[in-house]
Amino acid sequence: MIVSMIKKSEDSSQLLRVTITSNKEIAPGVYYLSYQRTHDFLAGQVIKVSLDENNPPRIYSICSGNLDPETSILFNIKEGGLLTPKMARLRPGDNLLVSAPYGGFISSGQSEWWISTGTGIAPFYSMIRSGLGNKCRLIHGVRSESQFYFQKEIRSVMGEHYMTCCSGEEVPGSFYGRVTDWLSALDELPTNIKYYLCGKALMVVDVRDLLIERGIPFENIMAEIYF
Amino acid sequence: MTADITTPLIPPIFGKTLTELRMIVSEAGLPGYTATQLADWLYKKNASSFEEMTNLSKKGRQFLTDHFSVGVMVPKKIQSSIDGTRKYLFPAAGGKFIETAMIPENERITVCVSSQVGCKMGCLFCMTGKQGFQGQLTAGEIVNQIRSIDEAGQVSNIVYMGMGEPFDNLDEVLKSLEILTSEWGYAMSPRRITVSTIGIIPGMVTFLEKSEAHLAVSLHTPFDDERRTLMPVQVAYPIADVINEIKKWDFTKQRRVSFEYIMFQGLNDTPKHVQELSRLLNGIKCRINLIRFHPIPGTPLQGSNDETILSFKDKLNSKGILTTIRASRGQDIYAACGLLSTKELIKKSQNPS
Repeated sequence: MIVSMIKKSEDSSQLLRVTITSNKEIAPGVYYLSYQRTHDFLAGQVIKVSLDENNPPRIYSICSGNLDPETSILFNIKEGGLLTPKMARLRPGDNLLVSAPYGGFISSGQSEWWISTGTGIAPFYSMIRSGLGNKCRLIHGVRSESQFYFQKEIRSVMGEHYMTCCSGEEVPGSFYGRVTDWLSALDELPTNIKYYLCGKALMVVDVRDLLIERGIPFENIMAEIYF
Repeated sequence: MTADITTPLIPPIFGKTLTELRMIVSEAGLPGYTATQLADWLYKKNASSFEEMTNLSKKGRQFLTDHFSVGVMVPKKIQSSIDGTRKYLFPAAGGKFIETAMIPENERITVCVSSQVGCKMGCLFCMTGKQGFQGQLTAGEIVNQIRSIDEAGQVSNIVYMGMGEPFDNLDEVLKSLEILTSEWGYAMSPRRITVSTIGIIPGMVTFLEKSEAHLAVSLHTPFDDERRTLMPVQVAYPIADVINEIKKWDFTKQRRVSFEYIMFQGLNDTPKHVQELSRLLNGIKCRINLIRFHPIPGTPLQGSNDETILSFKDKLNSKGILTTIRASRGQDIYAACGLLSTKELIKKSQNPS
């Protein structure tokens, strides 16, 4: 059984060689890469990823459920990047170095709002697949419709609590604009719940400023920035 | 690493290391010693045109003029504080701007340089973070902040504590350090340079391997959950891991490590913080710099009062951790720690009225 081989979380500075089971381009320039799960983890945690021992690892949020047989990450190709163009070319059977999962971007298990842009959906998708989506609301902002990753599956779990915002084009059923525009237009925001933010720096700081201005205590705001 | 900023059509030569200059002169078919002469003109004689470089052959000067600009930038604006601190605004590639602070203190002149336009780290207490990230600075744009201020030539100390996270722009920061500390460059002692990081571990390790400059780490609280709400980087690089890495390095000799600690009222200024700091830093020869919080617009945070800061300092000192309070400088011109920002200028350039 796979489960018996799964390790408890350990030192994240050690990298472990794993074999890739799939690597699919799920939107232009965006890849979903998987390998057989090696460790237990909590949804929202991250792993360090590297192609070889000579390059410093990069950090990615796990983008799969904590009981899924495979662990996955979601990444886009960064032009001129050292890692992602090569990682995009990996095929099943190729090797990758990964660390044990770690990090404290963990759901409280209570009602929460999750706000993300682009591939920043990854930790929330992991939370949804780990059974944490029922009490929460997810807001996902993108530039084009193709970037609403896992849309059908998320919609089936979260229904009306899944809000999509598209700033680059009008998409039926989605708010036309940025997540900050959508949030600004709301009359009221709950102040007694936790807010989880994940994406690029400017979105995170803008949304955080907006939430604080609307009376949400900063202690209730947790952010992860992709850099 | 520098792909984010539009590369100027004529590449600048200021900011090239000796190795890079050697490659350039070799490709141009110029004698090898031209590279050393170039470095001398750029970094010792402060030349601002190729015509000045009179010991270069005419052919050499022509080649350089045809293919390069010198690339030194004069400041667009200078603001002076009542305490003598000055803030310089420099243009960077792609129509962007960076800020540099010059802080005089007795005989010392410390320059606080920026390493990025904006910042990706998004710390809750920092003005630079609020503008997001606009681009990496080149080594030339970093060194130019020393070269093109009125106090050039008198600078005694350099701190990489301006806009940006230095280890998120590692290659260019390392190159700038090489230019500043090499004999062929500014020949400054690395012991007069401090690079400050939020704790990007891979970059920090490479820096510790390749440079001898001092290290400063933005700590701000020893507790994981508190640090997460102040500094999103805590999710990716927890402070405990940063400290574990630092413990592997020798800071008992000439190289120093210090920890920056902004004091927030009721948040990170309690006896339990003293206790945990002393536990966390146990075994590291270091200094803690306590910094008064300089409030930024819309901040939910409040700075600790002077009494609390003094008592916090005394308690840490009595635990055996050398602790000092950093004087706040240049607050009236927004040059103080955490206040640098070119957000308004970016907005203006995007929406010219």
